[in-house]
Amino acid sequence: MAEKRRPEKVLVRRHSALTRITHWLNVLAISMLLMSGLQIFNAHPALYWGSASSFDQPWISMSMKEVADTPRGVTTLGPLTFDTTGLFGWSGAPGMQEKRGFPAWATIPSYRSLADGRRWHFFFAWFFVINGLVYLAWGLIGGHIRKDLWPTRDQLSPRHLLHEIATHARLKFPKGEEARRYNALQKLAYLAVILVLLPLMLLTGLTMSPGFDATVPQLLDLFGGRQSARSIHFISASLIVAFVVLHLVMVVVSGLWNNIRSMITGRYAIEVEGDEA
Amino acid sequence: MTKTANRRRWLTGAGVSLGSLWLAACDRLTASPAYMKTLASAEGLTRRAQRLVTDRKALAREFKPADLSPWFKPNGTIRPADPEYVALLAENFANWRLEIGGLVERPLSLSLAELRAQPSRTQITRHDCVEGWSAIGKWKGARLGPLLDRAGLKENARYVVFHCADRLGAGEGPEGGKYYESIDLIDAYHPQTILAYEMNDATLPVAHGAPVRLRVERQLGYKQAKYIMRIEVVDRFDQIGRGNGGFWPDRGYEWYAGI
Repeated sequence: MAEKRRPEKVLVRRHSALTRITHWLNVLAISMLLMSGLQIFNAHPALYWGSASSFDQPWISMSMKEVADTPRGVTTLGPLTFDTTGLFGWSGAPGMQEKRGFPAWATIPSYRSLADGRRWHFFFAWFFVINGLVYLAWGLIGGHIRKDLWPTRDQLSPRHLLHEIATHARLKFPKGEEARRYNALQKLAYLAVILVLLPLMLLTGLTMSPGFDATVPQLLDLFGGRQSARSIHFISASLIVAFVVLHLVMVVVSGLWNNIRSMITGRYAIEVEGDEA
Repeated sequence: MTKTANRRRWLTGAGVSLGSLWLAACDRLTASPAYMKTLASAEGLTRRAQRLVTDRKALAREFKPADLSPWFKPNGTIRPADPEYVALLAENFANWRLEIGGLVERPLSLSLAELRAQPSRTQITRHDCVEGWSAIGKWKGARLGPLLDRAGLKENARYVVFHCADRLGAGEGPEGGKYYESIDLIDAYHPQTILAYEMNDATLPVAHGAPVRLRVERQLGYKQAKYIMRIEVVDRFDQIGRGNGGFWPDRGYEWYAGI
């Protein structure tokens, strides 16, 4: 009679020291960049397409409008108009409400100061770029991107992808040997952020520089003008926020402490069949 | 109360407290001169990096007449209240003279008609406000380079300072709160750097800086000084205004204004 195998937990090396350090430095940089970026956005809380601003036709805008002598926060998105009092356009503690795009709790500094917001933003932009270059250089040379992040052929088969989507939707995650590597959805999400969204932030940011534009006007053609670059900068930042939210949800539902430990100590617990351990 | 609701309340409370702590910390750091000085050090890095990778002679992109903004947002002062300026405007600037002095061999004093007779350039360019918006306008004006050559720069000349008629901030003394800006000689001699007296094929309107405003393309809107009364060539600007080379640079914005 076969003995029943008991699953056993073993700690495997999950993240290298460099991945862990650059991950946490990136958390710091992205938080600062996001919040100081919203401060900068608040100086003119409206976005346009093309080279110049068509002031009466932003594709998204936040403003204050008086409705029956009461100030309301109004957000427009294309032809749609939303009352966003307390969040976008008009917000603040009772008696201290003010006209502003994003609320005080979302910006650095919390009060309105474009000059200070720019100081924070450009400082952490350097921080972000240097940290990102270190990560990418090591990821390319050391093989981290090819070995750990690039999906394998079997992972990319439609059958496998559909299976992963179905199991993710039921919050069931790979166990045992399969848990030794990232799953395909994880890999694709990480690659999209690392190789598309984050570089896009840098490039659209540089396209907004009138000085840089004169030397590299191709950037203007690539993004369709300075105001388009500003819009793409904002959309890309929003997608990064969406990724972070999803990332945090996945960290929680797929084993909070195990995930956090792996990003701090590098060790990740997986369950393997008893006699293999 | 259920256990989940309790936990949710606890988590929300912890989240809000952590968030407020974080924000308060960021505000306190912003109030610390030493910390902001550290942040500002990145500015020197940005300026040097931009100087390193960009071609300082490159031209800003020029646009077609069809690209002109239907409405060009005027910003900053839109009608100076300074009595001297009000009097000049009443006479349609007939008695306005542009003084070019400082570190020059032959100080100049030009009427508007004389300025209009100088070598000129017309350009359709994008104006980028530090607030984030852009507008495209057509500018015609006297090229600054040939004017400086006519005045003859002294050997120690390094910057060109534009003194304006408008007062944007509060301040003590006759010069307090007065608008001014400065650029270095590379930008001063750049072909697109002009003293504009026409905008969109018409006389420069008061809201946009009549009689003359600076166009120094490749830099942000606040460098485009309006209502220019006097040009001073200097070797340093740390004794002018609060010492940072311009009205907005004195208030925390970058002097080189390239990003």
